[in-house]
Amino acid sequence: MTPVALVLWCIAVLLGVSILAVMMARWSRATAVIYGASFCVSAVAFVTVLLQLTAASASAPLPLVLPLGLPWLGAHFRLDALAAFFLVVINLGGAAASFYGLGYGRHETAPQRLLPFFPAFLAGMNLVILAADAFTFLLSWEFMSLVSWALVMTHHRERDTRMAAYIYLVMASFGTMALLLAFGLLAGASGSYDFATMRMATHTPAVAAFVLTLMLIGAGSKAGLVPLHVWLPLAHPAAPSHVSALMSGVMTKVAIYGFIRVVFDLLGEPAWWWSMVVLTLGGVTAVVGILNALMEQDLKRLLAYSTIENIGIIFVSLGLALAFEANAMTWAAALALAAALFHVLNHSFFKSLLFFGAGAILTATGERDMDKLGGLIHRMPFTSFAFLVGSVAISALPPFNGFVSEWLVFQAILQSPNLPQWGLKIMVPAVGGLLALSAALAAACFVKAFGVAFLGRPRTLAAQLAQEVDRFSLTAMFVFATLCLFAGVLPGIVIDALAPVTFTLVGDRMPVQTSVPWLSIVPITESRSSYNGLLVFVFIALSASLAAYIVHRFASRSLRRAPAWDCGFPEASPQTQYTSGSFAQPVRRVFGTHLFRARESVEMPAPGDPEPARFTLDLRDLIWEGLYEPIAGAVWFTAERLNHLQFLTIRRYLSLVFLALVFLLLVLALWS
Amino acid sequence: MALVLLLAPLLTGFVRKIKARLLRRQGPPLIQPYRDLLRLLRKEVVLAENASWLFRITPYLVFAVIWVAASLIPTFATGLVFSWTADLIAIVALLGSARFFLALAGMDAGTSFGGIGSSREVMIATLAEPAMLLTIFTLALVAGSTQLSTIAAVMISSHVGLRVSLGMALIALIMVAIAENARIPVDNPATHLELTMVHEAMVLEYSGRHLAMIEFAAYLKLLLYISLIACIFLPWQLALPGTGAPAYILGVVAYLAKLVIGAVLLALFETASAKMRVFRVPEFLGAALMLGMLATLLLFVSRSL
Repeated sequence: MTPVALVLWCIAVLLGVSILAVMMARWSRATAVIYGASFCVSAVAFVTVLLQLTAASASAPLPLVLPLGLPWLGAHFRLDALAAFFLVVINLGGAAASFYGLGYGRHETAPQRLLPFFPAFLAGMNLVILAADAFTFLLSWEFMSLVSWALVMTHHRERDTRMAAYIYLVMASFGTMALLLAFGLLAGASGSYDFATMRMATHTPAVAAFVLTLMLIGAGSKAGLVPLHVWLPLAHPAAPSHVSALMSGVMTKVAIYGFIRVVFDLLGEPAWWWSMVVLTLGGVTAVVGILNALMEQDLKRLLAYSTIENIGIIFVSLGLALAFEANAMTWAAALALAAALFHVLNHSFFKSLLFFGAGAILTATGERDMDKLGGLIHRMPFTSFAFLVGSVAISALPPFNGFVSEWLVFQAILQSPNLPQWGLKIMVPAVGGLLALSAALAAACFVKAFGVAFLGRPRTLAAQLAQEVDRFSLTAMFVFATLCLFAGVLPGIVIDALAPVTFTLVGDRMPVQTSVPWLSIVPITESRSSYNGLLVFVFIALSASLAAYIVHRFASRSLRRAPAWDCGFPEASPQTQYTSGSFAQPVRRVFGTHLFRARESVEMPAPGDPEPARFTLDLRDLIWEGLYEPIAGAVWFTAERLNHLQFLTIRRYLSLVFLALVFLLLVLALWS
Repeated sequence: MALVLLLAPLLTGFVRKIKARLLRRQGPPLIQPYRDLLRLLRKEVVLAENASWLFRITPYLVFAVIWVAASLIPTFATGLVFSWTADLIAIVALLGSARFFLALAGMDAGTSFGGIGSSREVMIATLAEPAMLLTIFTLALVAGSTQLSTIAAVMISSHVGLRVSLGMALIALIMVAIAENARIPVDNPATHLELTMVHEAMVLEYSGRHLAMIEFAAYLKLLLYISLIACIFLPWQLALPGTGAPAYILGVVAYLAKLVIGAVLLALFETASAKMRVFRVPEFLGAALMLGMLATLLLFVSRSL
C-alpha cells in the first residue's frame, strides 16, 4: 500500500471512530476507547509520514485520484515532502493530545459534546494537508473549521465560550471566503482546480498580488496574523486544554501550510515587494502578540497570545525566504525557509506542552487565573518541571529548541544586506530589531507565567490543595519536553530532514549538517557562524555539577530552613506577593502607555478612613476598537436600515426580484 | 576557562578599590572578593521556608551558564579550541538563560522584594537584549560572521578602519554592559536598603554557598563584558593561532592592561554619575537600542560607513 493510501485509510478510520463516538457517547468507557483509538491511528499515520519524509525519494510523487467530490475532477491526494513534514507535525500533536486526553478527558462533564468531534478534527487537518486540488482543499478546510468550532463550543453554557465561538465562526467563514476567491483566481477563467494544473499556469503581476493578499487574509486569519488575530485568544482557551493544544500547536500550522503551498508552490515566481508585506505583518504580529501575552493574567489566554507571537516569527522567516527567492539567492532562501519550518515544528512541541500543563493546572485547581495560583511547584513537581522546560524552550534560550530556530532566523537576516532592493535593505534590520525585542519580551512573559503560577506561596485554598495529575497527562508532557531538548541539542538531524522540503520549494537546501564534526550546525560556512547545542548542553551540565560537587565536598553542606528574610519586613499574607499584573507593570509602563492606552489610577481613602485603597488598571484593545467595532457597527446599521424589507407586500417583492434581474442582465450585457 | 575564574574576583576588587580611592577612602584590599567568597562558601545556608528545588539549583546553573559564556570569549588569544560551539548570538542567549533562572529564583520565596527585583530585571532585559543583538548585527555585518574569533581576527586586520557604525555599536554595547552588570546609573551593586535596587532585590533571599555562587557569577559577568568589549574594539596584541609563546605572553600582558583600563574607566564613570530612577532606565536603554538600530541600518545602506 502506498503511504498516501495508508494515511487516507487512517483518516477514514478516524472518521469511523468519530461516528462510533456518536453512538456510544453516553457509555462510561467511551472516553478511554475513543482517545485510545485516536492515539493508535495517529501513531500509525505519524510513523508512515515520518518514514516518507526521511525516505527522500527523488521523483515527485504522483497524486492519488479518488472518484469523490466534483464528478469531472475527482478528489486528488498527494503526499510530497512539504505535506509529509506537516503531517508529521499534525500526527505527532494528534497522538500526544489523544494520549493526554486519556487522562484529562476523564474530568470532562459532558464528554458526548467533545468525543465525536475530536477524531473528526484530526481527520480534517490530515485531509487539508493531503488535498491536491482546490475543491478537496477547501472542503477539508471548512470541515476542519466547523469541527473545531464545535470543539470550542464544548463548554457551551459559559457565556464567554459562546461569544468566542461566534467570533471564531464569523472569522473562519470570512477566511474561507478569501481562500475560495484565491483559488478561483489561481484557476483562472477556464483552468482546472487541480493543483498540478494550477502550478503550470502563469499569472499577471496584479492577479498574483491579489492572490497573495487573499492568502494573507485567508490563511493569516486562521493562523492569527495581526490584525486578523482577534478570535484566537478567545477561541483557543475556551476549548478543553488538549483541544487548545491542538488548535494552537497544530491547526495554526495547517494555516501556515496553506500559505506556503499557495505562495511558494502554486503561485510561481514571487515579486520582491511581496516579502515587504509579509515581513511587516510578521514583525508587527510578533511584538503585538507577545505584549498582549504579557498583559494577560489568564494562563491559557497568555499561551494563545504567545502563539500569535510565534506565528509572527514564522511569517518573518517566510518573508525572508520570499525576498531571497525573488532575488535568486536560493541558498539563503533555503536557510530562511528551513528556519520557518523548524520553528513550526518547535512551536508545535512547546505550545502543546504548555497547554497540556495549563490543562493539568485546570484539573488540579479548577483555575485559569494565575493570580489565584502560586506555589504549585511543591504540589505538582512533575507538571512544573515539564512546564519549566516548555517555558525555557519557548523563550528561545539555549540549549533548547526554540533558540535554534530563532538563531537560524537571525542568520537569515544577516544574509540580507546582499539584497539589491532599498526597501528591503531598510526593512530587514527593522524587522530584526522587532524580532529581538519579541524574543526578549517572550522571556519576560514566561518568567511571569511560571513564576506567578508555580512559584511563591499559594494564593488560594484551591492552589494549596492541588494534586499532581494522572500518568497519561504527565507522559504526554514529558514526551514533548524530551523532544524540546532533543531538537535543541541535535538540531542537525531536524535540518537534514527538512532538506527535501526546501529543495522542492526553493530549489536548494542547507548544507548537510549531520556530517559536520561534533554535530554542530553550520548554516553557510563555519567561519561565518556555527552553533553546537549538544556541547553547550554538556558544558553547562558538567560545569554546574562540578561546581555543586566541589562546593558540597570541600565547603559547607549544612542547610537550615527559616522564615523568608525579605529585608526584615516579611509579610505573612500571600496576597502581598507579586501578581501577574504587578509583575508586568514595568513593561506595561514602557510599552503599554501608547499601545494599550494603559491607565492606572489609585484611590486612597482619607486618613482615618478604614476603607481599602483601590487600584484600577484600564487597558484597551485598540485593534478591536479601531477595526472591528466600526465594522460591526456598520453591519448593525445596515441591517437596521434594511429591516423594513421584511415587511413588504408580495407585489413589492416581485418587483424587487424583477428589478434585480434587469440590473444583472444589464451588467452582463455591458460587461461583454 | 580557569583564567577567567581566577581573574574575575580580582577585577571586581580592583573596581571597588579604584572607586574607594576616587572618593578618598582607603577601600578594601584587592583580594577582598576572594575572602568574601571563601567566607560565604563556608557558611550555612539559611533557606526560606517556601523555597523549592529550583531555588537551590539556580545558583549552580547560573554560575555554570555564565562561566561557559565567559570561556567562549577570546581573552588573550583567538582560536579557542571550542570557539565554534557558540557564536555571539548564542552567548547573548546564554546570558539570557542565566537571567531567566535568576528571575524565577527571585519569585520563588514568595516575597514582595523578590518580585520587585525580578519584574524590574526582566524589564531592563527586554530593552538591553535587543540593543545587544542589534550591536551584534552591526559587528556581524562588518566582519561577515557572528563567530567571535573571526570578528576579532577581522578587527585586528587594519582594513576595517574607523567607522561611524562601529562607534555607535561601541557606545550601545557599553550602555548595555552597564545595565546588564547592574552598575550605576542603572542599578547600584552596593546597596541593600533602597527600594530602587533591582539585581540585589532579586537575590535577597540567598545566603551561604548559594550567595557565593551568585556573587561569583556576577564577577564573571563583569569580566565577560569587559573582555568582550576589549576583544572586539581593542583587539591589539591578541595572539593569533599558530604564533609562538612570546606572542601569547604579550597577549596576556595586553589583556591585563585592557582589563585595568576597563576597570578604571568603569570606576570613573560610576563615581561621576548618579543613579537614575527606575523608570528613567528605559530611556537610557532606549538610546542604546536606537544607536544599535542606526548602526545596523547604516551598514545595510552602505558597506563603508
